[in-house]
Amino acid sequence: MALAKITSVTGRAVPVVGNDIDTDRIIPARFMKCVTFDGLGEFLFFDVRKDPDTGKITNHALNDARFKGATILLTGANFGCGSSREHAPQAIQKYGFKAIFAESYAEIFFGNSTTLGMPCVTAAREEIAKIAAAVEKDPSTEVVIDLVKLEARFAGQTVKIAQRESARDALVNGRWDAIGELLDGIPAVKETAKKLPYLVA
Amino acid sequence: MPQSLFEKVWAAHAVKKLANGQTQLLIGTHLIHEVTSPQAFGMLRDLGLKVLMPHRTFATVDHIIPTNELVEPYKDSLAQAMMDEVRKNCAQFGITFFDRATGKQGIVHIVGPEQGITQPGTTIACGDSHTSTHGAFGAIAFGIGTSQVRDVLATQTMALGQLKVRRIEVNGKLRPGVYAKDVILHIIRQLGVNGGTGYAYEYAGSTFDGFTMEERMTVCNMSIEGGARVGYVNPDETTFAYLKGRPYSPTGAAWDAAVARWKSFASDAGAKYDDVVKIDASSIAPTVTWGINPGQGISIVENIPSPETATSADDKAGIIEALAYMKLPAGKPIKGTKIDVAFLGSCTNGRLSDFREVAKYIKGRKVAAGVKAIAVPGSQIVALQCEKEGIDKVLAEAGFEWRAAGCSMCLAMNPDKLIGDQLCASSSNRNFKGRQGSPTGRTVLMSPVMVAAAAVTGAVADAREVFAVN
Repeated sequence: MALAKITSVTGRAVPVVGNDIDTDRIIPARFMKCVTFDGLGEFLFFDVRKDPDTGKITNHALNDARFKGATILLTGANFGCGSSREHAPQAIQKYGFKAIFAESYAEIFFGNSTTLGMPCVTAAREEIAKIAAAVEKDPSTEVVIDLVKLEARFAGQTVKIAQRESARDALVNGRWDAIGELLDGIPAVKETAKKLPYLVA
Repeated sequence: MPQSLFEKVWAAHAVKKLANGQTQLLIGTHLIHEVTSPQAFGMLRDLGLKVLMPHRTFATVDHIIPTNELVEPYKDSLAQAMMDEVRKNCAQFGITFFDRATGKQGIVHIVGPEQGITQPGTTIACGDSHTSTHGAFGAIAFGIGTSQVRDVLATQTMALGQLKVRRIEVNGKLRPGVYAKDVILHIIRQLGVNGGTGYAYEYAGSTFDGFTMEERMTVCNMSIEGGARVGYVNPDETTFAYLKGRPYSPTGAAWDAAVARWKSFASDAGAKYDDVVKIDASSIAPTVTWGINPGQGISIVENIPSPETATSADDKAGIIEALAYMKLPAGKPIKGTKIDVAFLGSCTNGRLSDFREVAKYIKGRKVAAGVKAIAVPGSQIVALQCEKEGIDKVLAEAGFEWRAAGCSMCLAMNPDKLIGDQLCASSSNRNFKGRQGSPTGRTVLMSPVMVAAAAVTGAVADAREVFAVN
């Protein structure tokens, strides 16, 4: 399977403020009663985008018309903590996001997103704040996340970004979905299994 | 060179290095459930792939299953569709399915150990973050996403980078009224909800040595709430005694060989750790959460934090957000906070010992007027044993509804949900906003006996006082 080489993501960004944004908040469990991931995008951040008591649209950044069409999600620390549900990155991707820019990520969320070809990059809080300030000032600001140079460029500024090397390598070389490589390894898997008594049928 | 259990299990299951530097790791046991597997089977079909080791793949249903409706079709057609999908997938690919009719159905993390499928020195994966539970047996158990469920189905492996290992030593005797749940809530409070990112947690020390398997499971279960993907306890005689005679445990000569092998996986004396944390068991008190993540916990005798007591700007923002959501008064005692619902159950605390302990204290007491109380056994086997011992009757007489096995109100994917901003005293694992089914619902995490104390008093209470524990 030939996968796209994801060397950069260019687009407008939307700041979703906060730390420890968990996967229940990204997609509430009641929307996981489904047997495919289709259509999850519309439920992204559902309970914080609509006031649960009044049903009114809240001031959540995704409801802000200025940021409509943004493809880069800017956020805080420990993004995606909690449940392992791939429904969370699926909902983010299906909503239209192509990359996430945070201070840090929860482990499982990071892996799930990378496997979908959606880069999760990090930068120091001050640097993310600079981008957030630029897009708040001018929402049409184009942000370039460059995975080769490990920098983000926007409004004439450049900031250093980071990404775990195994993920960066997989994205820029078009092997972010490991299934092909894992399938190639099956003969070796069978050899390893022979040495593990509990796997004998 | 001396090695930790994590290093030994990793080495035994490493197939090869992948191009990006990760390892192709063999997953010996794959557990699946109805929420995160249907899409993976869909991907498998799209790619024209088979399940490589159906005999190492085990399925159950837990998340969506109604606990007060036993006859299909369920009223909720979406739940029924997911049920049908698991049945279809297991039948097509030759996977063992612990369906309700088998009498072995339950929460996936309760079923695996109960059946003896969860064994020391093995690797386990499941599309569920609480898979860390199985680490109680000295297994390395990963919660994974659906694309990885596909990978494990198709190749019995997944791509993974190696973790660092932090040894968390708890030594000494727990004080009366303090439980395994308090130990893990205390650890998460100390190390933070993301303190474990990049780590496997090795739980050790005399407190863990003295723990039963069920207590070890409660702690390992919530490793992920501290950001650690994996948590484990080294296997010992307690582990082997638990496993002996279980349906999937080896027998005869194979048993002796297995025990010898299992012992060899335990961390060596002198193994190197990336970090070591030591905790004195006697410093741990009954712990409850007051906020919107499991790290926002305090002992039952402490006051709810106020923004002024914050240790950093982040902490301050976290306190303000949590207090606003929880509608709790800053600086006031958590004790006495009125509750609306009491929930006993979940993969954290839905085992036989949890219900036994509650029954011991709640016998002859009544749930306070206006409190809805439900008790949900973690598996059909737990339910049956509770019923044999009369625990169901004790709980029912006290005013708890005794339900059928499932995840229930831990994440409310079935009809068991909070309504509006109800506050729930819960023995589950997550107090995230909206976690228990209502977008404004509030959760206070605590041990099962503390839930019982809250149920009978109608407010968050100190079980040591309510039940005269000393």
